[in-house]
Amino acid sequence: MGGMHGFGPVVVEKDEPVFHNRWEGSVRAIMRRTVGRIYHLDEFRNVVERMPPAEYLRASYYERWLHALETLMVERGVITLEELRSGRANGPATGANIQHELAPALDARFKPGDKVVTRNLHPAGHTRLPRYARGKRGVVRTVNGPFLLPDRNAHRGGKVWEACYAVEFTASELWGDRASAVDRVCVDLWQSYLRSEEDEA
Amino acid sequence: MTKHDHHEQGDHGHHPEAPSDLEARTLALESLLIEKGLLTSEDVDRIISAYEHDIGPMIGARVVAHAWVDPDYRARLLNDGPAAIRELGYDYPTSTGLTVLEITEKVHHMVVCTLCSCYPWAVLGLPPTWYKSAPYRSRAVSEPRLVLEEFGVALPADVSVNVWDSSSDLRYMVLPERPEGTGGWTEEQLASIVSRDCMIGVARPRVPAEANR
Repeated sequence: MGGMHGFGPVVVEKDEPVFHNRWEGSVRAIMRRTVGRIYHLDEFRNVVERMPPAEYLRASYYERWLHALETLMVERGVITLEELRSGRANGPATGANIQHELAPALDARFKPGDKVVTRNLHPAGHTRLPRYARGKRGVVRTVNGPFLLPDRNAHRGGKVWEACYAVEFTASELWGDRASAVDRVCVDLWQSYLRSEEDEA
Repeated sequence: MTKHDHHEQGDHGHHPEAPSDLEARTLALESLLIEKGLLTSEDVDRIISAYEHDIGPMIGARVVAHAWVDPDYRARLLNDGPAAIRELGYDYPTSTGLTVLEITEKVHHMVVCTLCSCYPWAVLGLPPTWYKSAPYRSRAVSEPRLVLEEFGVALPADVSVNVWDSSSDLRYMVLPERPEGTGGWTEEQLASIVSRDCMIGVARPRVPAEANR
């Protein structure tokens, strides 16, 4: 959503409770107990993003989560649509569990201070490269990971471990002349989102 | 638990369905998962209770207060956030890192997740609704100074505003500046002025007017 216009001022709810209702807490708890067992967090985020845009914006936060949990349980074969409708189980869960593997050693191509350019990627599925940071020049601040590449993991497209970098951009590189000359935005980016400035040249 | 009032000021009103429908769907999902042995009602109660009572911004506030009084701890916190949090006896998950961002006279930090709602919940509890809302997620990166002004933080033009978009499994927490007029305060007193918003970077710790008489 970074940089989109038209959403108005930030509205702060005074003395907001942790959960507004019991069902919000239940949704959070169900997610906590099932993520990493039945589905990966990247898959969960992708299912939320797959909501039709108008519905996504209209729905409350935990309503999106409820939608994602229902969708994932059905897609994984844990619960059938009929069971969801009736609220009664017809048989045991059959969904496959997530297989976890240990992360390999960090193999980082870039180091702090390296000048990088983000790729101009527009995948149809999930990515963690924000739209406002595509095709921009920045500098690596920290090197982290390796983490699984969400673009693949969200679609069960294979486990690809990559270094992840906090990349600093000047505000004017992202937003043009209206931005302050001293402001900066740091974005966490996976290695395959990045090229070195030399590649560019 | 507070009953949600839909006419309450500040409620975004994002409820296309009556809450009872969402409640019914949640109950159906919960009971199916319990029947299938993937969840217990004790799990649900325990997790809700932990978020409501045990995990919250008081953890981050105590960490900040300790860093204010102990320069060595402050250095360790800036160097390795999770290790420094655990040093004070708190749990910090191994799955996510934590970078602590130090506010100085010349650099201000604020945190957002433009893609979803990533947030250092282990030290701050669950994020407020505004943090997860479209206005904050869209504007924090492109017009941070305007957003900060709406929160009551006006920054001089020569202070660099650094916005951290937590788009991966890394997490960020802001270490605010210790305000003037807090000399001799106990850590407990110091922690009491470090709000959640201070550690997101949209507020500054304030010394209450009556504190220094």
